[in-house]
Amino acid sequence: MAPASRRAGERALIPSVAIAQLVIVGFVFVVLLTAAAGMVYMERKVAARIQQRMGPTLVGPYGLLQPLADIIKLAMKEDTRPKAADPILFALAPIISAAAAFTAFAVVPFGAETDFFGLLDQPVPLQIADVNVAILWVFAVASMGVYGIVLAGWSSNSKYSLLGALRSSAQMISYELSYGMALAAVLVLAGSMSIREIVDAQAGAWLGFIPRWFVFLQPIGFFIFMTAGVAETNRAPFDFPEAEQELVAGYHTEYSSMSFAMFFLAEYINMVAVSAIASNLYLGGWHGPLLPLWLGWIWFLLKVGFLLFFYVWMRWTLPRYRYDQLMAFGWKFLLPLSVINLLATAAGVLYFGI
Amino acid sequence: MGFELILFYVFAAIAIGTTLLVVVQSNPVYSVLLLIGSFIGLAGLYVLLQAPFVAVIQIIVYAGAIMVLFLFVVMLLNAPREELVTSGILESPATRTIGAMLAIAFAAELAWALNRSSRLAWTVTDVTRRPFSVPEIGRRLFQDYAFAFEATSILILVAMIGAITLAGRQLTEGARLKSRPAGDASRTDGGMAEGGRAEGGRAQL
Amino acid sequence: MAELNHYLVLSGVLFTIGTAGVLLRRNVITVLLSLEVMLNAVNLSFIAFGRFLGSSDGQIIVFFVITVAAAEAAVGLALVIALFRHVETLNPDAFRQLRG
Repeated sequence: MAPASRRAGERALIPSVAIAQLVIVGFVFVVLLTAAAGMVYMERKVAARIQQRMGPTLVGPYGLLQPLADIIKLAMKEDTRPKAADPILFALAPIISAAAAFTAFAVVPFGAETDFFGLLDQPVPLQIADVNVAILWVFAVASMGVYGIVLAGWSSNSKYSLLGALRSSAQMISYELSYGMALAAVLVLAGSMSIREIVDAQAGAWLGFIPRWFVFLQPIGFFIFMTAGVAETNRAPFDFPEAEQELVAGYHTEYSSMSFAMFFLAEYINMVAVSAIASNLYLGGWHGPLLPLWLGWIWFLLKVGFLLFFYVWMRWTLPRYRYDQLMAFGWKFLLPLSVINLLATAAGVLYFGI
Repeated sequence: MGFELILFYVFAAIAIGTTLLVVVQSNPVYSVLLLIGSFIGLAGLYVLLQAPFVAVIQIIVYAGAIMVLFLFVVMLLNAPREELVTSGILESPATRTIGAMLAIAFAAELAWALNRSSRLAWTVTDVTRRPFSVPEIGRRLFQDYAFAFEATSILILVAMIGAITLAGRQLTEGARLKSRPAGDASRTDGGMAEGGRAEGGRAQL
Repeated sequence: MAELNHYLVLSGVLFTIGTAGVLLRRNVITVLLSLEVMLNAVNLSFIAFGRFLGSSDGQIIVFFVITVAAAEAAVGLALVIALFRHVETLNPDAFRQLRG
């Protein structure tokens, strides 16, 4: 099927680039859903292996269809709602959580510009939108994600939910500060807010074999970003608010079936988002040795996969922080460290003229 | 109609609709959420006005931080739904006539000002100008507005200290918090449904 | 395309709605929310003027307005919390001790 602009004598009604953009949007959405399902499987398998047992093996070869079974089970459960719960907010909270999680991917690039082997007239970047304030967009969406949790706790009209929600959201907004400072330090290094330009600033290598990734220039910044990211997504070791032994299940105590699945989905997509952004900002995105640039998305997937594995590994290895220890860590250690990191980065850029 | 004009009307409708509901409906939690919707509509308008930086800053600061503060306070105080305008101010005819006259005067003044401004020849600069880039804004902020910037940072520090002092938990007040009477008149919706939430809201975090 | 007047009319309408909220609502938190609405209306007109005059002053002033609004909201809400501890209601008509 020839692209619309090439049909002789006809003006393109819908430019082929627009169609490509829509296809990319749909593709990213589908890939994210698949990634969430894959994360469910990976978490259970890796957790099992860390605990020296097998994990899912019955459903499908090597238990690969286990996420499908989980989703079918969740979909067929009864969707309950506490009688005194606020119906609008109760339904809205998981939607906000999931929507905020997906929206973060609107600015994440996952590959170099390509024209799909000549199908398109002009190369289209492999990303949904190349905004020139992309880093701030990520930060804004992270701020919006807090509301899903707060509303879930409030609308459930139950003590455990409310306490869990307030603690969880207080934790998220505390760690947002260090998150933002780490982002600002990368900004100073790269000189631009557009994630694509930040990745392109990491192309090439020093001495021929050490890639110019920002993680080598800012190891502390990477540590701060990943720690704050883990705390933002309420994952271990910062998952006190949803720890089973402490608060029943925190803010999603009263949810069941698909609403619970939405929260689950939102948590995993947030993890994928933090990993994707970390690999773009610190690990060089789609640049890597051996592969040509148009296959760079393979490197991107590998890096994101590695960071996700690291997430799961941390969860099942480290003990959980108590809530006051968690907040003290965020405010008294991570925030001053991120400020010092930012100052040192700015001083370094000025002095060395990077 | 240009695409931009359609987008303007869409965002303007979102902004006006949600803002009207903020002021009109009685549940404070809904008011806060509708105001967030209004901010998102306004952020869309800022992007249309080629100010993407301010749009994102508005979402981060206003919708993402200030409104969270409002929501926390609303949830902690757990105020019951209020009735609109019960104070009887609108009952007396004198108030109503004076209010209506002032409103008409205000509206007439606005209409006159807008009419005048549309007849003046604004020197509209190149309408296809690209938005101001963040480095440009930063440079102006730190060169021309440096004093205001530093003064604002001290203002924020003062506000933080003030807020902590005013709202901080005072140990002598602790006993008062626990001694709230069970059936106080300020509750319009009674019953155990709210009681559980109130206890949860007042608990130590 | 949308002219300056469109934005100014919208800003006026939002400001009016905010003013009505401040004057008519009997809940202190909603009064503060309406105040934020008024500040936003003013922000919109600043940016509209900045765009149509081709200067970045509009955006910078909005930056400061947002910051000051944040500080004011924080202190205002702290006051509300402190008052609530004494009077247990959020109706502004309950605070009449300085009257007459």
